[in-house]
Amino acid sequence: MPHAVETQSLTRIFRPKKKKEGSVVTALDSVDLRIERGELFGVLGPNGAGKTTLLKILSTLLLPTSGKAYVAGLDVEKDLTAVRERINMVSGGEISGYGLLTVRENLWMFSQFYGIKSKEAHARIEELLARFGLSSKAKAKVRTLSTGERQKMNVIRGFVTNPEIVFLDEPTLGLDVNAARAVRDFVMDWVQSDRNRTVLLTTHYMMEADELCDRIAIIDGGKILACDTPNNLKKTVKMNTTLTLSVYGLGGINGFDNIPGLNSYTSYKDVESGTTKLRFVLEDESCVSEIVSEVVSKGSRIMSLQKTEPTLEDVFIKLVGRGLA
Amino acid sequence: MAVTNNLKVFKDSAWLGWQMEANWTDPFLFLTYSIVKPIAGTLILVLMYIVVTGGETANAFFSYMYVGNAMYMFVAEVLFGVTWVIHDDREHYMTLKQVYIAPMNFYMYIMGRSAIKIAITSFGVFITILFGVVALDVAIDLTSIDWPLLALSLVLGLASICILGLALGGVSFLTAKHSIGINEGLAGVFYVLSGVVFPITILPTWAESISRFLPVTYWMEAVRRGMEPGVMRELADTSGYDVTGMSNVSDLTIMLYLLISVGVFFALSIGVFRIADYIARKKGKIDWTTAY
Repeated sequence: MPHAVETQSLTRIFRPKKKKEGSVVTALDSVDLRIERGELFGVLGPNGAGKTTLLKILSTLLLPTSGKAYVAGLDVEKDLTAVRERINMVSGGEISGYGLLTVRENLWMFSQFYGIKSKEAHARIEELLARFGLSSKAKAKVRTLSTGERQKMNVIRGFVTNPEIVFLDEPTLGLDVNAARAVRDFVMDWVQSDRNRTVLLTTHYMMEADELCDRIAIIDGGKILACDTPNNLKKTVKMNTTLTLSVYGLGGINGFDNIPGLNSYTSYKDVESGTTKLRFVLEDESCVSEIVSEVVSKGSRIMSLQKTEPTLEDVFIKLVGRGLA
Repeated sequence: MAVTNNLKVFKDSAWLGWQMEANWTDPFLFLTYSIVKPIAGTLILVLMYIVVTGGETANAFFSYMYVGNAMYMFVAEVLFGVTWVIHDDREHYMTLKQVYIAPMNFYMYIMGRSAIKIAITSFGVFITILFGVVALDVAIDLTSIDWPLLALSLVLGLASICILGLALGGVSFLTAKHSIGINEGLAGVFYVLSGVVFPITILPTWAESISRFLPVTYWMEAVRRGMEPGVMRELADTSGYDVTGMSNVSDLTIMLYLLISVGVFFALSIGVFRIADYIARKKGKIDWTTAY
């Protein structure tokens, strides 16, 4: 079975009409990707990294300058209708929709353009409206919806056609916390409910990529810098885990010196509250239990404990040399 | 199967077009608007004619001009309507990219959206002609209408306008807000060169040569022959010369010319649309916004 998505040296260059309108922009630079069926694949990168350009090419909106792109084994430049039968696309911050139609009419109409039987379409629309908490808005004109409601409607539009592969371009952009959570939960459930379903998600939210994606490609300046599971990506960062303890009634700190696997530690005593903040840099995470034992043996009480591991942001900083924001 | 799918897309798009055109107000206001708008538009020309001729409307040339002007509504409205579909979907509703990536026949989508424009314009044309016959002595005799000729010419003529619109729709992919100006400009060219109110024989020779290439020219001639055959004969008799430049050409030949020109423009329009579509995908212009 062909890959859900495959790109081979995919390159897209935007040339300005006139020199004064800016310089040549290489939005995608020899991108090679293989996304398996059933994967929830993330493309993580800052604004202008090339994420949207990649999705536009894969969804047949844009032609590459060079290289090839395949969706479900079909050439996106030649097999337009066959590709379109298998995909759908949702862009974050999208406020599109025919304002004169109701939410239900709007969704139904798009389902008809994909050849979904009307009865089946209505059933799916009702189910998805309920899932996203929009049932009460089914008869509302699209123009009366809030920005977040419109965006949720567009997420429904992307899934109501039951595509094999969905391209989500920053789907939670601009949504409030609850709405973003609803979208993430739905996407996760959707892809897990059928092994033939694939999602390609672009985002610049580290947490979203980490939480949702089976694999992540980190992109910047049109280049894929790394591509692996979130855990494997984090392992590439040579950063020691830190353990921070807030302790009450700590007598002394001498006992920590001989604990194997402990790189270094610092302490800060807050005289007013009587607590001491201890920060340990670990070479080996197995020494955590010995540190805790040592603290307790001194008759102290642990008020809080926090372990800090490398994040995708650390991975990104390592690869790009700057943060994502 | 493909035909069924295309018809379904056409029907659903036509439904969408109807919602766009008529859903902005209540039915009574929409009906009033549909009656008043075409009559008001026509009265501009009628008033100019009356001022120039001293109030004489009961003559063959007025009828010639009035019918041409009424039928021209199709040209202006349909050309505008087709390009407006692209412009409106792309820039106002921002739905063009979603419609574009749907696995349907995009031509059918545009034609469906435009069909409702044709239906509404047909009502306007009917009201305008009725107003002309009742209030301005436009010489249309129901008993002398050549219905088969009129019906066939209407079908072919409307097809030719839709085809032209398709080419403009393709061009609209590449143009910003000035796409509206382009279709108005092209409609203006047809107004002058296609014998809408000015017979093509009064044009300079080079312009008349262009006129004879345009399907709208033969459409106007065929519609007039079907709708007001008496007027066309009287015009030829009273003026003493071949005013339309086609008096000696048979109805069958006119229809043949119309058919051929429609065929040529069909091929050209599909070609223009495909090229424009390709360039738009190449330049990333399918989903750009420039006007709002």
